[in-house]
Amino acid sequence: MPKWLRLPLLPEGMPVAEATAVTHGPGSSQHAAQHIAHQFVDADQQHEAGTLGMWVFLVTEIMFFGGLFAAYAIYRGLYLPAFEYGSRLLDIRLGTTNTAVLIASSLTMALAVHSAQTGKRKALIAFLLLTMVFGATFLGIKAYEYVHKWDDFLVPGLRFAPTETLPAGVTLPNLQLFFCFYFFMTALHGLHMIIGLGIMTVLVILSRRGRFSADYYAPIEISGLYWHFVDIVWIFLFPLLYLIGGRY
Amino acid sequence: MFNILPISVLAMQTWLGIPIRPEPGSTIAEGVDKLHFFLTGITLFFTFIIFSAILYFAIKYRRRSENEQPAETKTHLSLELTWTLVPTGLCAIIFVWSSSLYFANSRPPNASMEIFVVGKQWMWHLQHPEGPREINELHVPIGVPVKLTMTSEDVIHDFYVPAFRVKKDVLPGRYTSIWFQATETGKFHFFCAQYCGAQHSGMIGWVYVMTPADYAIWLAGGSKGESMTQAGERLFAQYGCNTCHKPDNTGKGPSLAGKFGTQQPLKDGRTLLVDESFIRQAITNPNSMPLAEFAPVMPTFQGQLNEEQILQLMAYVKSLGAPERKVQ
Amino acid sequence: MSTAVAEVPGARPVNYLNAKYGIRSWLLTTDHKRIALLYLVSITFMFFIGGAAATLMRMHLITPGGALVQPETYNKLFSIHGIVMVFFFMIPSIPAVLGNFLVPMMVGAKDLAFPRINLLSWYIYVVGALFTLYAILAGGVDTGWTFYTPYSSTYANSHVIAAALGVFISGFSSILTGLNFIVTIHKMRAPGLTWFRMPLFLWAIYATSIIMVLGTPVVAITIVLVALERLLHVGIFDPKLGGDPLLFQHLFWFYSHPAVYIMVLPGMGVVSELIACFSRKRIFGYSFVAFSSLAIAVISFLVWGHHMFVTGQSIYAGLIFSLLSFLVAIPSAIKVFNWTATLYKGSISYQAPMLYGLGFIGLFTMGGLTGLFLASLATDVHLNGTYFIVAHFHYIMVGGTVMAYMGGLHFWWPKITGRMYSDAWARFAALLIFVGFNLTFFPQFMLGYLGMPRRYATYPAEFQVLNVMSSAGASILGIGYLIPLVYFIYSMRYGPIAGPNPWRATGLEWQTPSPPPTENFEETPVVTEEAYAYAQMAPPAAVAGRNAGG
Repeated sequence: MPKWLRLPLLPEGMPVAEATAVTHGPGSSQHAAQHIAHQFVDADQQHEAGTLGMWVFLVTEIMFFGGLFAAYAIYRGLYLPAFEYGSRLLDIRLGTTNTAVLIASSLTMALAVHSAQTGKRKALIAFLLLTMVFGATFLGIKAYEYVHKWDDFLVPGLRFAPTETLPAGVTLPNLQLFFCFYFFMTALHGLHMIIGLGIMTVLVILSRRGRFSADYYAPIEISGLYWHFVDIVWIFLFPLLYLIGGRY
Repeated sequence: MFNILPISVLAMQTWLGIPIRPEPGSTIAEGVDKLHFFLTGITLFFTFIIFSAILYFAIKYRRRSENEQPAETKTHLSLELTWTLVPTGLCAIIFVWSSSLYFANSRPPNASMEIFVVGKQWMWHLQHPEGPREINELHVPIGVPVKLTMTSEDVIHDFYVPAFRVKKDVLPGRYTSIWFQATETGKFHFFCAQYCGAQHSGMIGWVYVMTPADYAIWLAGGSKGESMTQAGERLFAQYGCNTCHKPDNTGKGPSLAGKFGTQQPLKDGRTLLVDESFIRQAITNPNSMPLAEFAPVMPTFQGQLNEEQILQLMAYVKSLGAPERKVQ
Repeated sequence: MSTAVAEVPGARPVNYLNAKYGIRSWLLTTDHKRIALLYLVSITFMFFIGGAAATLMRMHLITPGGALVQPETYNKLFSIHGIVMVFFFMIPSIPAVLGNFLVPMMVGAKDLAFPRINLLSWYIYVVGALFTLYAILAGGVDTGWTFYTPYSSTYANSHVIAAALGVFISGFSSILTGLNFIVTIHKMRAPGLTWFRMPLFLWAIYATSIIMVLGTPVVAITIVLVALERLLHVGIFDPKLGGDPLLFQHLFWFYSHPAVYIMVLPGMGVVSELIACFSRKRIFGYSFVAFSSLAIAVISFLVWGHHMFVTGQSIYAGLIFSLLSFLVAIPSAIKVFNWTATLYKGSISYQAPMLYGLGFIGLFTMGGLTGLFLASLATDVHLNGTYFIVAHFHYIMVGGTVMAYMGGLHFWWPKITGRMYSDAWARFAALLIFVGFNLTFFPQFMLGYLGMPRRYATYPAEFQVLNVMSSAGASILGIGYLIPLVYFIYSMRYGPIAGPNPWRATGLEWQTPSPPPTENFEETPVVTEEAYAYAQMAPPAAVAGRNAGG
């Protein structure tokens, strides 16, 4: 495969032989099986830069979701009865199951990172695959919920005609607004999960090729950060969407 | 100090040959102008200082040889503090002056006469309570505080009278208001000042300020239509409101007599003030605010009544107050 | 590293421009310097599109009835002008061109922290631009760059979704650029380069990047909501369906106010470099200027409500936003005073970069002071939505940022291309721009106070004189912007070869050849001096001998 076509999944960097021939300047380290990208002075710098980069990216994601959360908060304050009623129309069993599934996936992801840190390749691959299974399960349950909502005529804009009479204080437009937020927020979250699954696929492929070791596991670690973030967003979404109806 | 402003403005305008401010036509105009020209003075002053300093330094310290080596720069904390604290102080002064002016200007005097404005793409409908309706024109008497209660039929517009120094966005689904008291007779531009689509720049008109006598003549001589209250009463019957809102409380809905201005308890425990927004919401979205002691069976009239009709109904409901309680 | 340049005596040494040839080597480059040039080409293209719209607008406004186009077309022109200029020129300009080129060099690194993400950010920019160009070619968008609801979400009949998507996509370019800069500045500074030894340009870029990463995502999601509402007819911002049109404004301005600081802070960073070099002095009050950049970035997030004083929002909210808006003016004032004080007892020369730098200080002062009129509640009521606002922000963005951008281009051009341009033509263009700019926009302050609203395709006849003055100025300004295009392109082929440090400036970027080699430095530099160590610099005679070989 021509070099320029190969997906640059990891810093290609220079193989070690060349690295010693070209001066890196003070502070370069001599870790044998390292891939240090050419712009970095040493492996530590590369690791720190990658980690900081992921944290900054997660901050932007917080702001991205934050806009939706802010809008949600305002409309919930204005139309509480409609939001509570809409919340009761969601399937709390599926939502709770999904929460458990996602938390489990974060556990397996953390275990994957630990395996990488301790150089256990087989465990790393196993935990990554398990995380992906949990993630796919989550998405499957979500898809099932979406289909259910379609059948119940609760999809805003496209098919919104709830059959039951609305209780006092709940108007059709306000209920539709709740479902707008339900779909937009969970869809955005789902999109991030799909991207996460894609990242994990790549990590599995690379793990099988032996790219990671106790000396070099940064991509696993920062992907773990991303996955945990996606989990935390759900931890906020779940109560705000599913638990405000007061059905207990 | 008070007289310096108009004199210097006049001098400047004569010298320039063009006006530099709209003719002050309301009670607040001079006050706003004073602040504006104070700010202009500060702007010109500091711009002048900076420009002059730059010019002076650039010439005095121009490079005379390539071997010049300017001395090491030292920090100068007192200088830094000075040019931090002086602008801060200046800003504080402007803030206090401006905010108090703004607060004073935003409260309509109690005895304001009220006119209702509906903006829609791309024209203005203005309705006097006594009945006359105008399009893109507003006749008012001089020397009387006038309050405009405004809403939009469609997108966000803005009602702007430069001569009066007043401006407020006009929003769909809610009411905004401004007030002014004209001090000069004559005609003055008003503009839509919030971009609203194709004919935004055509959504303009004139305010005609008349002597009270002329205004009274104009009011009476206008189309002998019904007053807003009468129109509202007609609509109240036409749309069947009177079948539920019976004056003796025997209907499905409450009697509306004397309700305007009171606190109304809702089913969820809140109480709301019965003001213009309450009435509008009750007409267009009653199910969003079910009342405490009544079944939530009122249908919505959203789409059946336009904003002007809602305002007429509102005038009628207001008029149902007890005679001694004259609400504005 | 293969080189395609034959070893011919007298041939240019291998640098980032000739290291590899071919379109693939440019479109798949990860070299921050090449990416900077990719951005330079794209944003220059977008600048002239936005400029064309402005030219048509000003020509149209020569007569009160409108000389040129239908009102619907005029509305599309000002919308396109705003969208293209704000999102596709102003926001990327200095960070994506000068920042990308200089940040790694100024910190002493071989490249940014994430070179491939850098390339990705350019591609994202291009995709966003293509969506917007599609919107223009397919018939235009007429919502204004501000996309106010419910007009944009429910009533507009133009290509809103395409334009909104273009803006949405370009936002990610901004976010990734900012992310790259933050990590690079934090983690890749050369040994000895402490925070307070950094050039002020880096402080400015850092502050800008903070705003980029925090603010842009909010407008991104807001624009998506508008597009979704348009598509699905749900009532997020439409009051007839229970939505709140003002919510859009809050969400929009929460980004768009800090965005104007994304636009001006890098300009301030450039100006610090220009003033220091052409006075041959360290910037007066270095740490004050550095901290002012950070203060501006932080406070900028707290003032968005001053765009909404006349929307009917609570007067108490107005009070708070007014107070904070005055506060955000103070750090800018501090910078202006410090720059001016730098000139004192300096050794000042007047090449084109310095003319732009000095022009910035004067015009930014005026633009910033006119901001006080708008932070002040009582006057803002009268001035909001009029040409006063238009004049105010153009003084800062054009009189400020664009001048700084031009100054930066002229300053670093020899480093970027290895060639020098004609300083005489450059100074002439700078003068033309300065005169044309003031003639265009000063009359607009007066128009605004007289009551002429903005975004008007037609206007009352009494406003004509000032409008004609403004249009006349615009034609001069347009010519002023075209001239550099000519001499810059000319210089790339026929300009005299510039040495590594033609301005005798301090800074790590000047310690490498011009143009620099791909990896910037042969050895990682070690920094031992403070920034702007002009007082410690050797006189030219000693330096000339060294530079002759470079």
